[in-house]
Amino acid sequence: MSWIDIGHIEDIPLHGARVVKTPVGCVALFRTGAAEVFAADDRCPHKGGPLSEGIVHGQSVTCPLHNWVFDLNTGQAQGADEGRIGTYPVRVESGRLLIDGDAIGKRSAA
Amino acid sequence: MTQKLVIIGAGMASGRVIEHLLDADPSAYDITLFNAEPRGNYNRIMLSPVLSGEKTYEEIVTHSDAWYAEHGVTCRFGEHVVKIDPEMKVVEGENGHVPYDKLVIATGSAPFIIPVPGHDLPGVISYRDLDDTNAMIEAAAKGGKAVVIGGGLLGLEAAAGLKERGMDVTVLHLMGHLMERQLDEAAGYLLRKDLEVRGITVKTQAATKAILGEDRARAVLLESGETLGADLVVMAVGIRPETRLATDAHLDVARGIEVNAQMQTSAPDIYAVGECVEFDGHLFGLVAPLYDQAKVLADSLLGQPNAFVVKELATKLKVTGCDLFSAGDFAESETREDIVFRDPARGIYKRLVIEDDRLIGAVMYGDTADGSWFFGLIKDGTDIEDMRETLIFGPAFQGGASADPLSAVAALPPEAEICGCNGVCKSQITSAIESGATDLGAIRATTKASASCGTCTGLVEQLLQVTLGDDFQMPQAQPVCGCTDLSHEDVRRLIKSQELKSQAAVWQELGWTTPNGCHVCRPAVNYYLLADWPLEYRDDPQSRFVNERKHANIQKDGTFSVVPRMWGGITTPDELRAIADAADKYDVPTVKVTGGQRIDLLGVRGEDLPAMWADLNRAGLVSGHAYSKGLRTVKTCVGTDHCRFGTQDSTGLGIKLEKHLWGSWTPHKLKLAVSGCPRNCAEATCKDIGVVCVDSGYEIHVGGAAGMEIKGTELLCKVATEEEAIEVISAMTQIYRENARYLDRIYKWLARVGLDWVKEQIVDDTENRRALAERFELSQSVYRKDPWAEHAQDSATRAQYAPLANLTLEAAE
Ligand SMILES: Cc1cc2nc3c(=O)[nH]c(=O)nc-3n(C[C@H](O)[C@H](O)[C@H](O)COP(=O)(O)OP(=O)(O)OC[C@H]3O[C@@H](n4cnc5c(N)ncnc54)[C@H](O)[C@@H]3O)c2cc1C
Ligand code: HEM
Ligand code: SF4
Ligand code: FES
Repeated sequence: MSWIDIGHIEDIPLHGARVVKTPVGCVALFRTGAAEVFAADDRCPHKGGPLSEGIVHGQSVTCPLHNWVFDLNTGQAQGADEGRIGTYPVRVESGRLLIDGDAIGKRSAA
Repeated sequence: MTQKLVIIGAGMASGRVIEHLLDADPSAYDITLFNAEPRGNYNRIMLSPVLSGEKTYEEIVTHSDAWYAEHGVTCRFGEHVVKIDPEMKVVEGENGHVPYDKLVIATGSAPFIIPVPGHDLPGVISYRDLDDTNAMIEAAAKGGKAVVIGGGLLGLEAAAGLKERGMDVTVLHLMGHLMERQLDEAAGYLLRKDLEVRGITVKTQAATKAILGEDRARAVLLESGETLGADLVVMAVGIRPETRLATDAHLDVARGIEVNAQMQTSAPDIYAVGECVEFDGHLFGLVAPLYDQAKVLADSLLGQPNAFVVKELATKLKVTGCDLFSAGDFAESETREDIVFRDPARGIYKRLVIEDDRLIGAVMYGDTADGSWFFGLIKDGTDIEDMRETLIFGPAFQGGASADPLSAVAALPPEAEICGCNGVCKSQITSAIESGATDLGAIRATTKASASCGTCTGLVEQLLQVTLGDDFQMPQAQPVCGCTDLSHEDVRRLIKSQELKSQAAVWQELGWTTPNGCHVCRPAVNYYLLADWPLEYRDDPQSRFVNERKHANIQKDGTFSVVPRMWGGITTPDELRAIADAADKYDVPTVKVTGGQRIDLLGVRGEDLPAMWADLNRAGLVSGHAYSKGLRTVKTCVGTDHCRFGTQDSTGLGIKLEKHLWGSWTPHKLKLAVSGCPRNCAEATCKDIGVVCVDSGYEIHVGGAAGMEIKGTELLCKVATEEEAIEVISAMTQIYRENARYLDRIYKWLARVGLDWVKEQIVDDTENRRALAERFELSQSVYRKDPWAEHAQDSATRAQYAPLANLTLEAAE
């Protein structure tokens, strides 16, 4: 894995999200806890809703357009809805956010 | 031959090393021990009981002068080592050189001091050693105010100790909840509550800007502008490994002195141990791993093979009465699952984090009896699949107890307490049932169980079912969502009656089953809290739907629309020019006149929003809240100014109303209109609140709607003056804000409570009307402002509109 530094954890509000533009498209970073972040596709498989604009709760996000709920651990849609979003390895180290460059189609920028 | 061993630092880690060495082979080394503190080793972690007065210094000494003498350790206490020369194998103390065969650096760590102005004033103390502790005890003897900066383990122990010694203590913490590295929000909330009960003031999200005072610290200034008087300031914001000697001697140093698994540094014959080291990227701040290191180091020094491994850690807080426990990992792990248990009546919260059928983290507050059992499961990586259902109930429950709630209730002993508020036990309820109380209402009436906070309602109902069998019909109350069994009305009532003022308080006290709600309950609870506690609770943007968070309506292609306010539908050529300029500058594809008498700029890119708002602000234009569950527009007709039928200044009243009401959050959207005569050109009788002017005054109508459902308004009352009209409308808005379910428009809410009730409250009871209007005004003192200006001017908020990073740019280079 090649970890790329994309910012500081405090750049994302608690229970909020921010977007990173990557070669594989927009990836949303969801801050589910004080020191807990998940990365997943920003695009809802239903009708393309921007998931980074959804409400983040527990380790899930709800799409702002039609309320599909995705588990950020697996990317799987919950309940009766069927669909999945891609998830990406991300780490928090000393407050810095590191995303796996290989997974988002990019070698380390360093 | 006996070798010379020099140890720098007589702390908890090196103390253990010496014990192991002497145990194994007392003749192996001739030991010289330096310590900057003018004393030998004591149990540093017991400084907190010394501070609070529960122990004396003498009781926490681990190695006395006599002990060192008896074991032939040469002590150079009160002497700093100033230099290490790895070439010559000599250390330089303040009072002279000592050569070594082997050297151990055990310098611990130094408190981190935030370099704000005034940090070096007398009266600012850190919390690390006995001298700091004595300085605090001395300061506390004079009484007065103490401000503790840092709400972590050390800061809270200092705060509790100082409070115990009679000071007036405030804790400042930068993050949203206390001890955020060890606790989650819910446990942090309970801890805060316990500290507040003992009289300690806690301020979270409080950043220190400066410490004020001429000759000594007198006050602490916060970034928010608030000033707190302080006779004593304790800085406990963290520690930094004490690595200076190693750095100067050119050893490998990252954040700490780098060591391998044998505790060797990069230089031959130099070892390091304790908080000053870094191993495999880890730093250490608790004694358990240091003791492991000490054992390994002693073995290394004696030529025995051994290797240090990093283990899971558990944290406890040594504040009497604050029972908390935290262990393992909550962060950065995929495919995990939470188990949450709350007992609001007893202030208990437990959360377990599970991954791949193994327990990887546990946080507990209020009842930590099972902490060590959970910690054992974490350390051993035990497969918990078989006990998953009952895991959270601890070891006592393992081995067959059923997870079915009904049989769990059936299994409760007769004296088990069901209703914590009123102290009602199971047998009282079952005997009430047997003597004829066969529904919840009857149980409440006869035993008072579930009649106060209501959180035991579920248990009482289960008891009814267990006792009556099929004769009891479980009522189908409509819960807010899957996170709770409570209805919206219950939640609103309990937020008021239990004075719940934060989301964490709601989740905990009302027994939410999820860590922080879901997309259904969070916006509702956020709204209820801000409506009921306008001064205490701060609106949480992360609990709002995107439009309200971004203050713009998201369009189907992901662009946004921008609708500036035009008070009462009145505009000026300058405003129109500013709107036209903004439309040009930001390539707005569509400019539309809305049904709410203003102009909509559609198709604005999200990233352009703050800049566009700043431009519009400059022309005096503010957000029209065309996106909010709050005041939208006040539509007006031209009234007496121009119309030959006009009876009153409908435009003027509309503008006044809009300026009075704008910015307020309501359960659902709120649209008003004012028509100058019953011809009703402003269509006031299909608005949430509409005013129809007549010769003798103003008719106030409520409960209209024109959407999927069309409803005409009903007449609330008629008043003679504009002032009265504004007061009635404020009171109407406020009573709706305080009582309606989230997402009920006025007409839906009226269908539940009845127009007559509202009339009683705000038409007949003029005192209540005034009180409601005053509460509305209080809330407006917080919310009557332009969110666009706030977002455009605050650089941190502004940044939220742009991507965090753009990794496609460099790829193109
Ligand atoms: C108030 C308080 C409460 C705590 N509570 C807990 C707890 O509940 N549980 C827990 O696990 N941990 C707790 N800790 C942390 C624990 O005390 C430390 O992890 C532990 O003491 C570190 O041991 P050490 O030997 O590395 O360093 P220390 O014990 O700090 O010893 C280092 C010694 O080196 C000396 N020194 C430094 N530089 C030089 C030099 N150049 N020359 C000579 N001497 C030097 C210092 O004066 C110091 O005496 C607490 C700490 C404090 C301050
Ligand atoms: C998400 C969906 C909706 C969007 C994006 C939307 C957007 C808008 C906008 C931008 C305006 C102009 C308002 C202003 O100037 O503030 C408007 C007006 C209006 N909307 Fe909606 N709306 C939506 C849903 C609804 C619904 C559900 C209803 C009915 C319940 C409704 C009824 C109206 C009415 C009646 C007006 C005209 C107001 C007046 O003349 O005073 N809209 N809408
Ligand atoms: S409502 Fe009456 S006063 Fe207003 S414009 Fe129409 S006719 Fe004139
Ligand atoms: S686009 Fe996400 S739920 Fe419809």
